[in-house]
Amino acid sequence: MVTVLIPSGALGLNYDKEALRRGIAAKPDIIAIDGGSTDSGPSYLGRGRSKYARSSTKVEWAGLMEARAEAGCPLVIGTAGTCGTDSAVDWMLDITLEIAAEQGRPLKIAVLRSSQDPVIVAQAYGNSNVTPLENAPEIDANRIQDCTNIVALAGAEQINKALETGADIIIAGRTTDTAIITALPLARGCHAGGAWHGAKIGECGALCATNPQSGVILVDFDTEGFTVTPLADGAHASPHTVSAHMLYENSDPFILFEPGGHLDVTQAQYTALDQTRVRVTGSQWVPSDRYTVKLEGARRVGYQSVLLTLLRDRHYVENVDTWCADILTKCRAKAEARLGLAPEDFNIELRLIGRNATLGALENRVGETVEIGVLGIVTAQTTQLVDEIGKMLNPYLLHHPLTEAEEQPTFAFPFSPAEIERGEIFEFCLNHVMTLNDPMQAFRLDVQEVRFD
Amino acid sequence: MTKLSDVVEKVRSKNAGPFWLTIDIFCGSAEAFERVARGVSTDRVAQLFKTETKALKRFDIPSLNVVKISLPRPAVQGTAADRDMHGASFAALVAEMTLN
Repeated sequence: MVTVLIPSGALGLNYDKEALRRGIAAKPDIIAIDGGSTDSGPSYLGRGRSKYARSSTKVEWAGLMEARAEAGCPLVIGTAGTCGTDSAVDWMLDITLEIAAEQGRPLKIAVLRSSQDPVIVAQAYGNSNVTPLENAPEIDANRIQDCTNIVALAGAEQINKALETGADIIIAGRTTDTAIITALPLARGCHAGGAWHGAKIGECGALCATNPQSGVILVDFDTEGFTVTPLADGAHASPHTVSAHMLYENSDPFILFEPGGHLDVTQAQYTALDQTRVRVTGSQWVPSDRYTVKLEGARRVGYQSVLLTLLRDRHYVENVDTWCADILTKCRAKAEARLGLAPEDFNIELRLIGRNATLGALENRVGETVEIGVLGIVTAQTTQLVDEIGKMLNPYLLHHPLTEAEEQPTFAFPFSPAEIERGEIFEFCLNHVMTLNDPMQAFRLDVQEVRFD
Repeated sequence: MTKLSDVVEKVRSKNAGPFWLTIDIFCGSAEAFERVARGVSTDRVAQLFKTETKALKRFDIPSLNVVKISLPRPAVQGTAADRDMHGASFAALVAEMTLN
């Protein structure tokens, strides 16, 4: 049997310390935690940066490094630093070395890197080794090489290579959410379907149980399936909470594609062992003919500034569409004339908060509006242009009258200056897989020892 | 007119990666599940999202009393046309649907 301790759904979301102590007392074979996701948008991958505060990450990681020393087992983080690029891995490694010095404990650290050279990915695309998944954007070799960062999602094979080094701590770049949990059970001969299914159920920590914010869970893997045990006070897993977790952020609740095959849980059986624990058997792992890894890529699409103005005057709230249309016409004409721009060189959007800012054209409700926030979004190819156009838009959003006859109005700016620079903006541009001859072909593994002699 | 939100426990929408949106209707009981399974056609959900029915994947799961619908995201996450990075607000559109 292999016992995996999962402190929470992501490093940075905190974990219940008492529940973590219970997990250590259960003598886990490995502690595994996820460090990232695409869910916060393309900017993190585009910039190769973490979403969470360094100080929070350090406090939580230091607690897990203590727990690892006490448990005497490896500690692994997947998708380090939100996006799992090499820069994010280096950020995590730096934090780890800082904590190691403070804790004064010798360590063996394995670092698995997932960043891809866009030139090599473009070559693989040229050789038909990069293929689209469902609803993938159109790409070509140039689009691939435009990416500021591309990562490949490592699976169980690459994590097991890192575990084979005998490292105390593994800092992995982009991996699938499940890979860090499923790797050791697979290496020790546990049931393959159970290993992947248990990893999917466990990857968000206690989200598969009641009291989902409590974080810490234990998953025991064996030759037939797995058992889930949430560890916080008042947290219970039931066949319903566990099976319902297959719905979470999955487009298909029965099938999950992973490097080297797919998981099929159509025949899975969920049994309550008691009030807290659930046992699952009958999950199937179906190996694929080709070994593929998913790619994620982000490219810079421009620079952006935003401005916010608030309309509370009834006359303006009622005529906001006319007001916005007039501003757009006048401000666009001014930007074209004074900056020598073509219409396609820039974009100004005025988004109405309090009307349909969330759903846009899909909004189907209309209600009485007390006030409207007008969010001006200025996008162009350089930071200088965005700054200039934002400054041209500013006086319109402050003072533009509906008719020339009326007294000059003044609207509410919540900030000075009203323009807020967002800097570079990015888009995801890959939803593809890359075929590998060897699972390690697209990944690099380094080991370093930290000593305090 | 009965709204979906009047009979179900919860409607959740989430990103399933940057390119897909998935909507989970937790009906809470076998009775509510039957009502939703019969009273919400895939065509009507497609119209709500201004897309084609064939673009939607639907899973009626009686063991969980859940109806799950996945579709290509109305705008790819984080693009200029996207207004909701985490996609959680699309649930409101579905929750406010009337039941046939």
